[in-house]
Amino acid sequence: MIRGALLTLLSEGPKYGYQLKSEFEASTGAAWALNIGQVYNTLGRMERDGAVEPLGEDDEGRPRYQLSSAGRAELDQWLGGAVERSVASRDEVTMKVLMAAATGVVDPAGPIAVQRAASQRTLQDATAARVAAAHVADRLHLDRLIVTTAAELRWLDIAEQVLEGEAGEALRTERQQRQTSGRRSKSPATRSSAARSVKSEQGEVADNG
Amino acid sequence: MGEPAAELRQVVKEHRDGSTVVRALGGIDFAVHAGEMVAVTGRSGSGKSTLLNVAGGLDEATSGEVFVEGRPLTSLTAAERAEHRRRHLGFVFQAANLVPALTAEENVALPLEFDGVRASKAQASARQALERVGLVGLQRRFPDELSGGQRQRVAIARAVVGTRRLILADEPTGALDDLTGRSMFELLAGLANEGAAVVVVTHDDELAAYAGRIIRLKDGRVNQVVERSAAPSGLGELLS
Repeated sequence: MIRGALLTLLSEGPKYGYQLKSEFEASTGAAWALNIGQVYNTLGRMERDGAVEPLGEDDEGRPRYQLSSAGRAELDQWLGGAVERSVASRDEVTMKVLMAAATGVVDPAGPIAVQRAASQRTLQDATAARVAAAHVADRLHLDRLIVTTAAELRWLDIAEQVLEGEAGEALRTERQQRQTSGRRSKSPATRSSAARSVKSEQGEVADNG
Repeated sequence: MGEPAAELRQVVKEHRDGSTVVRALGGIDFAVHAGEMVAVTGRSGSGKSTLLNVAGGLDEATSGEVFVEGRPLTSLTAAERAEHRRRHLGFVFQAANLVPALTAEENVALPLEFDGVRASKAQASARQALERVGLVGLQRRFPDELSGGQRQRVAIARAVVGTRRLILADEPTGALDDLTGRSMFELLAGLANEGAAVVVVTHDDELAAYAGRIIRLKDGRVNQVVERSAAPSGLGELLS
């Protein structure tokens, strides 16, 4: 990702390491401070791959780099391509809610309420910070945080509604069945002897009658 | 902190639908003070709008008490209640509900003129209110010459014109795009900073975050209250 950003900056013309660092930070705001080591590491890898070429030193002795034609092609691919998002990435909030719902160790309403309050507070903080943010990059970072947090709140509402409804009822029934069959398979002997004792009690009552 | 601008104590509101009774509010405690913006959120049917209407005296509680600036609403005569609504209360709805044949300024001045304020004075107050909502130079435009966001600003100006201290807004941004909706909530938060008591009903968590306190209703009861943290996370913490 940093590689794509550096290729973009180099497409404007030859640049030296520190210049890339400061231009990167000016474009992306306070959120993604870049240390100069990362810049040189990435430049080194890009040079190895033939994406950039060293252009000697400028008047002040700073080594400069320029984009190669291979680097240009890589940049076009990076900027022109879509970023794939996947549901497979494990989200911790989803994990907690699903675990609570599946096991009944706690009522899923608990983790949902706790997360809702925390997310709502994040949203309040981000909203206040956004109103005060001067730099357009910071505003857009905060906007992203705001909409993803708002999406999480929406998901919590949906999860709450789903788990309160028929789907939640089905989960509870499934859990009870699992627990019952779990007990049965663990100790069939105890269970059947218990059943026998009930029978024999009935038998005794019958005998007495 | 002085008396709340509006307060509900153990308010129950039931609607009768034939033989069935629907409980919209099931014993709500709620207060809003001057200088504060409170957002009321919750699913459809959770009682948000009912709470707002009861707080504004548009709807009567089945039981419990409603206070305006420390006085029980039931202790006021009908005339006093009407005067309270006219003078101190501003409502903003989802649709701006402006009179199409009147200019922005005339729309804003209307409630004052109904209240018997002299036309020239009402117009001056209307211009001031339009300035407060950031509409300068548009006072002579008619509603159909304004954008949706501008019309809603006129509606907010009408809600705050004169001596109105309590602003009640019901989904005021329903018909607006994201950024215009945000600017509307920024405006409402600004009015609270200037000393108004603002209660806004919204189903949108993102917009509710402009309020210092967020009350979530569920089945007519308060389900959760979130207060803005005293030491909010800064840019660095939020984006790290």
